[in-house]
Amino acid sequence: MAQLKKEEKIIEIVNVSKIFDETAAVQDMSFYVRKGEFITFLGPSGCGKTTTLRMIAGFDIPTSGKILLSGKDITNLPPNKRPVNTVFQRYALFPHYNIYDNIAFGLKLKKVPVTYRNDAGETYTKMQKLTRKEIDEKVRAALAVVDLEGFEKRSVSTLSGGQQQRVAIARAIVNEPEILLLDEPLGALDLKMRKEMQLELKEMHRKLGITFIYVTHDQEEALTMSDTIVVMKDGRIQQIGTPTSIYNEPANAFVADFIGESNIFSGTMVGKRSVRFCNHNFECVDDFEKNEKVDVVVRPEDVVMTAPEEGMLKGKVINVVFKGVHYEITAQVGRSEMVIQNTQSRSVGDVIGMNIAPDAIHIMKKEFAANIYDGYITKKNTVVFGDGEFDCDVTTLYPGSHLDEEGYLITAAGEKIDLTDTDVIVEVGLEDIEISDNADEGGARGHIVQLIYKGDHYQYIVRTEENEEDYVFDSPDLWNENDYVSVKIKPENIRLRLKQEVK
Amino acid sequence: MQSLHFSRKQLCIPYALFLLLFVIIPMLLILFYAFTETVDGTIRFSFANFIGFFTSTAKLSTLLMSFTVAIISTAACLLIAYPVAYILARSKFRRKNVLLMIFILPMWINFVLRITALRELLDLIGLLGSQNYLNTIIGMVYDFLPFMILPLYTTLEKLDESYLEAAADLGGSKFTVFTKVTFPLSLPGVISGVTMVFMPSMTNYVVSDTLSNFNITILGKLIDQYFTAYDNWHMGSMISIILLVIIFLTMLATGGFKDGDREARGANLW
Repeated sequence: MAQLKKEEKIIEIVNVSKIFDETAAVQDMSFYVRKGEFITFLGPSGCGKTTTLRMIAGFDIPTSGKILLSGKDITNLPPNKRPVNTVFQRYALFPHYNIYDNIAFGLKLKKVPVTYRNDAGETYTKMQKLTRKEIDEKVRAALAVVDLEGFEKRSVSTLSGGQQQRVAIARAIVNEPEILLLDEPLGALDLKMRKEMQLELKEMHRKLGITFIYVTHDQEEALTMSDTIVVMKDGRIQQIGTPTSIYNEPANAFVADFIGESNIFSGTMVGKRSVRFCNHNFECVDDFEKNEKVDVVVRPEDVVMTAPEEGMLKGKVINVVFKGVHYEITAQVGRSEMVIQNTQSRSVGDVIGMNIAPDAIHIMKKEFAANIYDGYITKKNTVVFGDGEFDCDVTTLYPGSHLDEEGYLITAAGEKIDLTDTDVIVEVGLEDIEISDNADEGGARGHIVQLIYKGDHYQYIVRTEENEEDYVFDSPDLWNENDYVSVKIKPENIRLRLKQEVK
Repeated sequence: MQSLHFSRKQLCIPYALFLLLFVIIPMLLILFYAFTETVDGTIRFSFANFIGFFTSTAKLSTLLMSFTVAIISTAACLLIAYPVAYILARSKFRRKNVLLMIFILPMWINFVLRITALRELLDLIGLLGSQNYLNTIIGMVYDFLPFMILPLYTTLEKLDESYLEAAADLGGSKFTVFTKVTFPLSLPGVISGVTMVFMPSMTNYVVSDTLSNFNITILGKLIDQYFTAYDNWHMGSMISIILLVIIFLTMLATGGFKDGDREARGANLW
């Protein structure tokens, strides 16, 4: 936002929360909107973006916190007293009015100060309704802005979705609001129309010079149109920034995953500006503590394909999709998948090498809550993950299922399933791992590579020798670094999910 | 199993038979009686009943009485039902169906019992015998109120909140939002409620007889008298036809015949 000289805040959201029936739609949110900018609230459904917009419009009142408009508290002001206008998701054009009357609705209610001079030569101002002629001119001007001249007498139901959308915009901007709120306005349009409207809205924003607050779940739309993007999830802000900074420097794995295509790996810092993922140590430009677990983001366009022996990574092509400008190639690297975008194609089955430049590796702090692994079910209905094999309860994969005598899974519907080699996602809580001196007792073996004292407990990382897989856990007991231990996990503490259901 | 196969058309047969026996044939009979008269035991075509109705002051004043009873009852129903339906439909209360049921509950109690009870009540407060006209109106409102609440509630309940939000967003005060958006968009419900109350109010003579001690005569009563007391089926049928035409014209005027989707969206008001 370097081009904006004045840092004038038009809207300020201060510690705002909104609770509906005991569920928090917005939690302790604080940010501000600069005057004249095009700001987008981006996030999946249920992230609180629409609720935030509705609180700015005045349709919902925050449970706690304040909303300031140019420094003035408007938290409890009703919508009709706010200098903002909204373009609704499904347009909300009044079906009992024609196009002209829809657009003139706000103007007919508006009162403006008019200055008069009385006989004594003193001037005085009076709040007065707009004249019919003034309304007429404004409606025609608004229709011209949205390219719908001559539609005045048409009824709403005779208009296409795109035309209704334009009328909805005209109905809002005709009132010359300080802020225009747009709630997923292009969601109901087809792709081509959406692209056109994106550019038109951007152009409209430039011409009108007013603040646009835009809500969308479409990351591409957000990147195309916005000056600033606010990424939200579960009622909280994940990141605020320009489209470029959010794309290039995602704050966490959620943002990286939500904005654009990305490969996200679980990695570990192995040295100064050196990170290990996919069984390879990469040079990188971000610096974190040694041994810290991190999320690593690599954009598909940043992966360079080489000859197999020249690459840092080696993998087998398992899928190729033509995307118009480029090919999207998926390669299996060990147990991970790497998505690559390239203008050159490869064939399925080809073995390729892959290089990633240090500045293409973006490292983010991991909010560590649980160990998550890719695993698979064996013939004996145990699960292999990390670097070991553990007993588990496979019936948790299908609610209401049970095992028959031969070890096949019978679902609640009576279907018989052979789980052998089923890919699963394994989650093990930090509290749920125990270690033992006896190397044969647990499912995996390794050395303690890190222990951090966390007030009332220690956090340990056990790293296996074979594939350098890590098991992270909390324990009140004291062990020593470099102890050789085995990892024990109770079957009921191994949470399994089917992999194909995850995405 | 082949022989048991029904086509969709064949499924209409029971209703078609019903329609023929109980609607079409009786209608033709009414038409036949209305435009005939019996002279010396022979039936012949005649406009005498038609002319007779419109030249009789007594019959025309009954028609006028029916009209005023129906108009006042309908207006009273609308005034009482609209706020109730509005509050019920717009309330955030989650079990509002239960509340609605409380208003609809009287409909489940036997009609004669209800009117008799009302008669006792009016007697108790001293209105019976002295306020025949008022009592008839009270009876009609009491009886038909649920028929006004239901369609109003349904329309207001379906009303998209975003229209009201849009109107407020564009600067409308609560009053403006109601007069410019809520009420116009609820007109289909108003029309449907008015139709449901107005028509039976013109004919339900059990109410007027019971509560006015037979002092108020409405069209329904007149028809009954011609068929039972005077044994003049020709005039009785003619009055029925006239009532039918009045109802048809009311429906036409309120747009009740227009296509349902447009009606629901209030677009027919243009």
